[in-house]
Amino acid sequence: MADKPLRILVIDANSIRASIIEDGLREAGYSSVIVLTDATAAVRRIVEIDPDVIFIDLENPNRDQLEHMFQVSRAVKRPVAMFVDQSDQASIEAAIDAGVSAYIVDGLKKERVKTILDMAVSRFNAFDRLRQELDAARSELADRKRIDRAKAILMKTRGMTEPDAYALLRRTAMNKNKRIVDIAESLITAAGLLGEEDGA
Amino acid sequence: MNRATRSSDPNLVRMGFMPLTDCAPVVAASLLGFAEAEGLKVYLSREASWATLRDRIAVRHLDAAHMLAPMPIAACLGLTPLPDRLIVPLMLGFGGNTITVSRTLWADLKAAGAPTHLEAEGTARALADVVAQRKRRGAAKLVFAVVHHHSAHTYQLSYWLAAAGIKPNVEIDIVAVPPPLMPAALAAGQISGFCAGEPWGRMASVAGSGRCVTTNVAIWRASPEKVLGVAQDWAEEDPERHFRLIRAVYKAAVWCDDPANREELAQLLSRPEIFDLPASILHANLDGRIMIDDGEDSRVGGFLNFSKSAANFPWKSNAAWFYAQMVRWGETQMSAEASARAQATYRPDLHRAALAPLGVPLPTANSKMEGALAVDTAVPSTVGRLFLAADGFFDGRVFDPDRIEEYVAELRAADQRD
Repeated sequence: MADKPLRILVIDANSIRASIIEDGLREAGYSSVIVLTDATAAVRRIVEIDPDVIFIDLENPNRDQLEHMFQVSRAVKRPVAMFVDQSDQASIEAAIDAGVSAYIVDGLKKERVKTILDMAVSRFNAFDRLRQELDAARSELADRKRIDRAKAILMKTRGMTEPDAYALLRRTAMNKNKRIVDIAESLITAAGLLGEEDGA
Repeated sequence: MNRATRSSDPNLVRMGFMPLTDCAPVVAASLLGFAEAEGLKVYLSREASWATLRDRIAVRHLDAAHMLAPMPIAACLGLTPLPDRLIVPLMLGFGGNTITVSRTLWADLKAAGAPTHLEAEGTARALADVVAQRKRRGAAKLVFAVVHHHSAHTYQLSYWLAAAGIKPNVEIDIVAVPPPLMPAALAAGQISGFCAGEPWGRMASVAGSGRCVTTNVAIWRASPEKVLGVAQDWAEEDPERHFRLIRAVYKAAVWCDDPANREELAQLLSRPEIFDLPASILHANLDGRIMIDDGEDSRVGGFLNFSKSAANFPWKSNAAWFYAQMVRWGETQMSAEASARAQATYRPDLHRAALAPLGVPLPTANSKMEGALAVDTAVPSTVGRLFLAADGFFDGRVFDPDRIEEYVAELRAADQRD
């Protein structure tokens, strides 16, 4: 098979993740990348797109629809395999761990596809890390808001300054071997029960 | 439900399921203490597609799962994208599927004389008339959906169509649609009908887009549906642990079968992490209530049978029937070797060994003539007395697992007639 550019189809309901993968593939020099977020539309257009490699996110409920089409449709001319080499259990595991599955038409050389597969897996993982970081940042922000509320309650009910209120929260947390945010949470709950919070 | 990391806990079993009413024994075993009583901890994972469930077993993120009955056979025959060694030590029951069509197609079927009370033969005949009329008019082919290619649904639907002289995939296109999306696909006119497990037929009926025409128990009274599929290496790594799992799911299936437990079971299944649907819908499925016209229910006896009549026993003849259908539709070759491999997937020997301590009556045979029982019949059992319920096919055919080749040849000859 001549080295004509590989056509890669990415089906991912998550458009941000899909564009991260698309960017990665383009940076690596693959120019023929088609991204679709609607799996049903992708299934309808597959003959026209005629991809060599298909990536689809593992949580996509339309995977059965896609596989069914490979299995019975006379419209798909070339047989499709999942991954390149079924003996390469490590690649398959890495992909499934990352949350992506790959379908590859028969006859492509393993070396040609391996780099693309690795790329998609690493991009899926990178997206996962980004999301985790975002979740962490969100929860940090939420923590800070709670601590601010607890400080405000102390300032109001005990007439403390802000640094003193924070120092008290921190000292209590250390003595009780807990996180400051947990102490703040208990204080907010208690103040709510005692009717002390009034919109703080 | 997060992905389970590999665990060294020898008592942990990781099980997958799809949201269909017949996942009940697996869910009940996991959440109502049946597994715990056997000293097992269960990590339960709801999957988005059968393909993903299969892949997670293939890389051993899961040890066992609620699976479509032909799926482990297809995996063992190398017909799936990731071939695997899976075994079936226990069936999750009979029945539970409906064939539901759009209101438009139902109007055509009624005009063609379709019976209104879910009989398989009359509805298939009416559908054959409608298909012939559409052909004459030059109308587009009807599209029916199943949940997955290697499903009992595919083979039941094809059997039903072909018995009325309709050629599946030639005169009616068959596509796959995820079960929860069936009602929407029907309402949007993407499909004209589907064969799927409940509650999705009822959901389409309640929404006003669908009408159930028949059920899988009308097509084949003892039609095997879902199974407990187990990774063979996981089973062999610790046979006693495997037996404990079989016992836990078996006891859960018996519990699910008891009408006294239906409300509790419906509540359990309605939970957000299982179905996230009203318990009343699931309760109707468990009762075997099928909605026909104007919100009226028809009660189908034995519609969803989790355990009675040895419904959990993995008959090798069940596996052989699925294999015969795969050969019939040209998905695999007829050979003694492949037939043996398909039948070896179902493990009545492990079923009996695991359940021996419970002292329940189990069949002593591994295989039977499928569709031969016209009435409840006593069969030889390990202990006590065991009756099998009538198990006929709607077209009166009988399947002899020792004569697969002749059976397929007969069906094919009939399929080729015009």
